[in-house]
Amino acid sequence: MPNPVHEPPRAMNDARPPAAAATAPSPMRQSYRDALREALRAALHADPRVFLMGEDVGRYGGSYAVSKGLLEEFGPERIRDTPLAESAFVGAGIGAAIGGLRPIVEIMTVNFSLLALDQIMNNAATYSHMSGGQIHVPLVIRLATGAGRQLGAQHSHSLEGWYAHIPGLRIAVPATIDDARCMLAAALASPDPVLLFEHAALYNLEGERTPGLTAVDIDHAAVRRPGRDLSLITYGGSLPKCLAAAERLAEQGVDVEVIDLRSLRPLDDAAIMDSVRRTRRALVVDEGWRSGSLAAEITTRIVEQAFYDLDAPVARVCTAEVPIPYAKHLEDAALPSPERIVAAVRGVLGRGEAG
Amino acid sequence: MSAAPEALVTREHGLALLGEMLRIRAFEDRCYRLYGELKIRGFLHLCNGEEAVAVGAMRALGPDDAIVSTYREHGHALARGVPMTAVMAELYGKQSGCSRGRGGSMHLFDVAKRFYGGNAIVAGGLPVAVGLALAQKLRSATGLTACFFGDGAVAEGEFHESLNLAALWRLPVLFLCENNLYGMGTALDRAESEVDVAAKARGYRLEAAAVDGMDVFAVEAAVARAAAAIRAGAGPALLELRTYRFRAHSMFDPQLYRDKAEIDAWQKKGPLITLTTRMKAAGLMTEDDYRRLDAAAAAEVDAAVAFAEAAPWEPIADLERFVYAEPGA
Ligand SMILES: Cc1ncc(C[n+]2csc(CCOP(=O)(O)OP(=O)(O)O)c2C)c(N)n1
Ligand SMILES: [Mg+2]
Repeated sequence: MPNPVHEPPRAMNDARPPAAAATAPSPMRQSYRDALREALRAALHADPRVFLMGEDVGRYGGSYAVSKGLLEEFGPERIRDTPLAESAFVGAGIGAAIGGLRPIVEIMTVNFSLLALDQIMNNAATYSHMSGGQIHVPLVIRLATGAGRQLGAQHSHSLEGWYAHIPGLRIAVPATIDDARCMLAAALASPDPVLLFEHAALYNLEGERTPGLTAVDIDHAAVRRPGRDLSLITYGGSLPKCLAAAERLAEQGVDVEVIDLRSLRPLDDAAIMDSVRRTRRALVVDEGWRSGSLAAEITTRIVEQAFYDLDAPVARVCTAEVPIPYAKHLEDAALPSPERIVAAVRGVLGRGEAG
Repeated sequence: MSAAPEALVTREHGLALLGEMLRIRAFEDRCYRLYGELKIRGFLHLCNGEEAVAVGAMRALGPDDAIVSTYREHGHALARGVPMTAVMAELYGKQSGCSRGRGGSMHLFDVAKRFYGGNAIVAGGLPVAVGLALAQKLRSATGLTACFFGDGAVAEGEFHESLNLAALWRLPVLFLCENNLYGMGTALDRAESEVDVAAKARGYRLEAAAVDGMDVFAVEAAVARAAAAIRAGAGPALLELRTYRFRAHSMFDPQLYRDKAEIDAWQKKGPLITLTTRMKAAGLMTEDDYRRLDAAAAAEVDAAVAFAEAAPWEPIADLERFVYAEPGA
């Protein structure tokens, strides 16, 4: 696997693909990147109305190498390289969806989606309602999101929480190999616009595929680790951090449940409250900035719906309220980490410093 | 395209330009190595091959002029006079960096040099350049604003909106399109229905010309001419500087979109070769001159690395500084 351009090398980012596996990988193991590619191939084979367009998706092979090889397999009509014109090609995706196609638009990263925000918010999200239900926009937008690779203030946004604010959009976040492989089909089946956020730190994640699993929904949260003492509620790139924190806490005798939201709009209130009512404590982990964050929304819903089941105030671990700095020590200090999550869990449990 | 008349080229002038280009080349080559050593991280976009654009343009601009750049801006910053030590320290993420380690390679800033930064959003700098020029005009300042951007930026709406605004308001902006034929893996002719960037600018009634961006004298002369016209009140102008990037887009680009032969062919007309061949043919320099300047550049880069290595880190306690202006700022 050649290194995609937009990705720092392995030594600086533990998320790089191994150059060549010494032992043959088990057929059930897969990388997040390969799972996403498998999903794209399956969708392109399944429905002739489906096509992929975006910057450098074709000849370059995708800036994260997700669409590598698809141009050769499906040709330039269906793997469509676009100029650097986010507003135009996202808007064109909206039009093509209205016109009967099933476009998958790749915006290289969420940072550049800001140039297309008008189209996404004012058109994709509104057509159905403001046309009185006459027009639907079955558009799928894939975007890389997230920080953690020293890319600085303009390339490290986690804006999925912003998008989750907008009625008319659906926001889904694959954080596992199975979801990377199966969420796209669910998104394409939606009559409404779906944004799929892929955290850039996950592309090289490897994991087992669940045998026999061919379809998932984009409606429900999932329990990724059952536990009794506290509900750790998260999604996307923060899921591995929460699972790592849960392991450390288990060694300290603390048994936390990890909830992967999967869908940020709509939010699966039932799953969140079910977990919180069992554990009676909640910590929300979100890579967005704290003020006005998705974590704030979830916290509010817990307070609204499960206040009397709580044994402690709901807590949050979010990103410090700074444009993400380049220097590694500063960036690390700004972002949620297993250490910060462990400390926050202990705080909610009233156990202070880890002993 | 027009080259500067040979007669105007003096030994002193030519060697100064060569020395500047060698500084940039040595700096970029060292950055490449430092990236492999994990000293520099994040995205790193090197400008090897494009040195004549940076050096020719900066030579023709004055200290009152404002500069707006892109994420491929090491050369622009160095040619502008941002100290190499401060640029290298920035790439190390150190407090002594020109953006205190908070910007990194894509966000070099030095307001004392009127260097208003590298921008990592393609075309993101053009509207800002229009505004800087508006301020210059309304404040009757002497300077103009020079704005660098790549060929890829020409597809963005911000390019078109900015050119129109600058022309409509007759602002002192010089748009400098660094056309290296590719935006990442996308060749210009696969991104543009009309590949003549100058022709697009003329559509907005800007003065526009294409220049051989491998010829540092030609760049300097063209920028000087355009700047003089802008200073005289002629309104904005655009120069398309035709060049080529010798290295990958960023550090891990497998370059599937272009072949080695193409790169080799361009390397034969690179800015360093072009200048030295001409100067030598005119009897204005010797191989010794080249070696001396090259050694000076290497020594300056060594000193910059030593400075960056020794420089302090910004304290973590200061993480949330500078999000807003500090009292007294
Ligand atoms: C708005 C936006 N879209 C996409 C990107 C990703 N990207 C970074 S550099 C680049 C290529 C730009 O090419 P060009 O303007 O020709 O400049 P060059 O890299 O050749 O110097 C792309 C697509 C970005 N940074 N900003
Ligand atoms: Mg280019």
